[in-house]
Amino acid sequence: MGKRVGMEVAVAVAEAVGLCNIDMAAVYPITPQSHIAEHLSDLVADGKIDAEFVTVESEHSAMSAVIGASGTGARSYTATSSQGLMYMHELLPIASAMRLPITMAIANRAVSGPLNILNDHSDIMPQRDSGWISIFVENGQEAIDMSIIAFKIAEHKDVMLPVNINIDGFQLTHMVEPFEMPTQEEVNQFLPPFIPHATLHPARPVTMGAFAMSDYFTEIMKAKDEAIKNSKKVILKVWDEWGRLFGRNYKPVETYKTDDADILLLTMGSMGETAQMAIDELRVKGTKAGLVKLRLWRPFPFDELKAVVKNTKKLIVTDRAVSFGGPGGPVFSEIKSALYAETQRPLIYNYIYGLGGRDVTVKDFTGMFEKVLADTGNQAADTYEFWGVRE
Amino acid sequence: MNIVENFDLFAPRLINKQELLSSGHRACSGCAEVLAVRLMAKALGENTVIASATGCMEIVSSMFPTTAWQVPWVHVAFENAASVASGIEAGLKALRKKGKIDDRYIKVVGMGGDGATMDIGFQALSGAMERGHDMIYVCFDNEAYMNTGIQRSSGTPMGASTTTAPAGKVSMGQKTWKKNMPEIMVAHEIPYVATVCPSYPLDFIRKMEKAKSIKGPSYIHCFSVCPTGWRAPSQTAVSMGRMAVETGVFPLFEVENGHYRVSPDMPKKLKPIRDYFKPQGRFRHLTNEEIDPIQERVTIEYKKLMEKAKFL
Repeated sequence: MGKRVGMEVAVAVAEAVGLCNIDMAAVYPITPQSHIAEHLSDLVADGKIDAEFVTVESEHSAMSAVIGASGTGARSYTATSSQGLMYMHELLPIASAMRLPITMAIANRAVSGPLNILNDHSDIMPQRDSGWISIFVENGQEAIDMSIIAFKIAEHKDVMLPVNINIDGFQLTHMVEPFEMPTQEEVNQFLPPFIPHATLHPARPVTMGAFAMSDYFTEIMKAKDEAIKNSKKVILKVWDEWGRLFGRNYKPVETYKTDDADILLLTMGSMGETAQMAIDELRVKGTKAGLVKLRLWRPFPFDELKAVVKNTKKLIVTDRAVSFGGPGGPVFSEIKSALYAETQRPLIYNYIYGLGGRDVTVKDFTGMFEKVLADTGNQAADTYEFWGVRE
Repeated sequence: MNIVENFDLFAPRLINKQELLSSGHRACSGCAEVLAVRLMAKALGENTVIASATGCMEIVSSMFPTTAWQVPWVHVAFENAASVASGIEAGLKALRKKGKIDDRYIKVVGMGGDGATMDIGFQALSGAMERGHDMIYVCFDNEAYMNTGIQRSSGTPMGASTTTAPAGKVSMGQKTWKKNMPEIMVAHEIPYVATVCPSYPLDFIRKMEKAKSIKGPSYIHCFSVCPTGWRAPSQTAVSMGRMAVETGVFPLFEVENGHYRVSPDMPKKLKPIRDYFKPQGRFRHLTNEEIDPIQERVTIEYKKLMEKAKFL
């Protein structure tokens, strides 16, 4: 069993990646991801990791370089944030189409403009359809665990897809938290060496990234969709294995006091812990409130979500990004579409909150519950609102 | 000259017989660029991994589910061949060091057209060269965005008519001088920079082999005649490359650790650029008054090059 340590989460993520015997990392500095890059380069400089660390001139080149390295069969890692992720955008669907098991930490940060360095989810939402497995973490321990787990999921022969781990910028990356850091022996036992199917090596020449027109393109897209859908089985299996080894169990949809709840709140990322406190407060007051935490964003856990919200009357979906001119926040529209065909489904309310680092307290969550409970005529159901906006 | 004319006689000793870019690709007839790519693959041999930018050479050689490539080859996007190549180099280095792959020496190559190199991929190339990766980058310069339909790039020469800088009643076509890419690469102070043209295959192969032997970054700028885009008969590709060299429009030289050497293929006296412009539809609209300043510039630039070559 690893020992309990206190550390900044970004530094701990780099430490965890350092335990994974990576061969190559390419990272470009951007706040609030930089501490991951800095600490990784420290580990390389001190000889603690035997890997090539490529100090690229942009995020576009960071993703390009890890694509190239992963193509050779090297275990490759990168990390970014906000504008950096937007700059990589073009390459994300290429990495997944080439079935390269790259892993990437995203220190989630608001996308410009105006320029803002603080946390929300507007950077990852535009990457939704890139064909990457996308996981949201709630605290430092999860950030560490998922950083290690991601390699095993990505490199599994039935998956072979890139994985991104969403770690709320500052709110998580810059927090000093206590957690259990697995030992090198434990990680070695959990994570087997990467055995690629085909590599860029003259011993067996292959062509990667070929040109395909209408006669093959649809089939390739279908194959990618099947691959990511099928990855859920492996994700569940790997999380189970992690639970057995380390005693920390992860599920695609996490629940808190949902069994008898009339009204549920849904969060993604670091807001879960604050929301949990709000649930406790509401329960004391007699409100049958519960919390749903969505950990797996892609592949979307339809069955798990449906099962959890089935018996509730009202569901509050929170969003930390805006779909301008759209039906509501991106998580909201996803959940609505997931539940559309269900005969028994809750009324859904949407609050867009915590944008660009706007502080979110327990009071904000209890306020959302109060507002929804007061809507006895269900007037606000199926609509969205910017929570706490000054008008 | 004589050696090239008797190529068959000398070829077995001078050139790798193995075809690493096979026939059956979809390049236009008379394409000098695909000829250059084939020569490059021959010169570098089978222990080569190539990262290609989007462009003519990518689409003609990798039509799924077929491939013309006998060496490992990857295409990712338009502007990142150099950064993909740098990642491949880093990946192979790490794997070799850890004993995960055999210890043979593999040369990593990034390749792209003039647009992919001089315009959209300029930053990625500069970064890769500055970081000192053990790789070769080859720019196959056909002086416009040919794959998308002959649009101007920063590699298009002054006066050429393209689909986005067309000659018209009030325009002579391209209004800017060609970006001097080899000099920009020399300014990166990398170990080796060279210009080549497939019309001079032996010079081409020698320079490629030189780049292969260097442990570090090298840059090769390849003049690649495009009969389709230059509005010229397809059988003129090789002779037009020769005209570009003989007129000094594209001088053949190499810069090794900062020292310039002009290729012995360069003539003692340059031919007038009119001879080179004449067979090309893209220059047909130019008047004598418009050609004169271009001639003047070519002469001056060539003199500057010869001056640099004096310092050994």
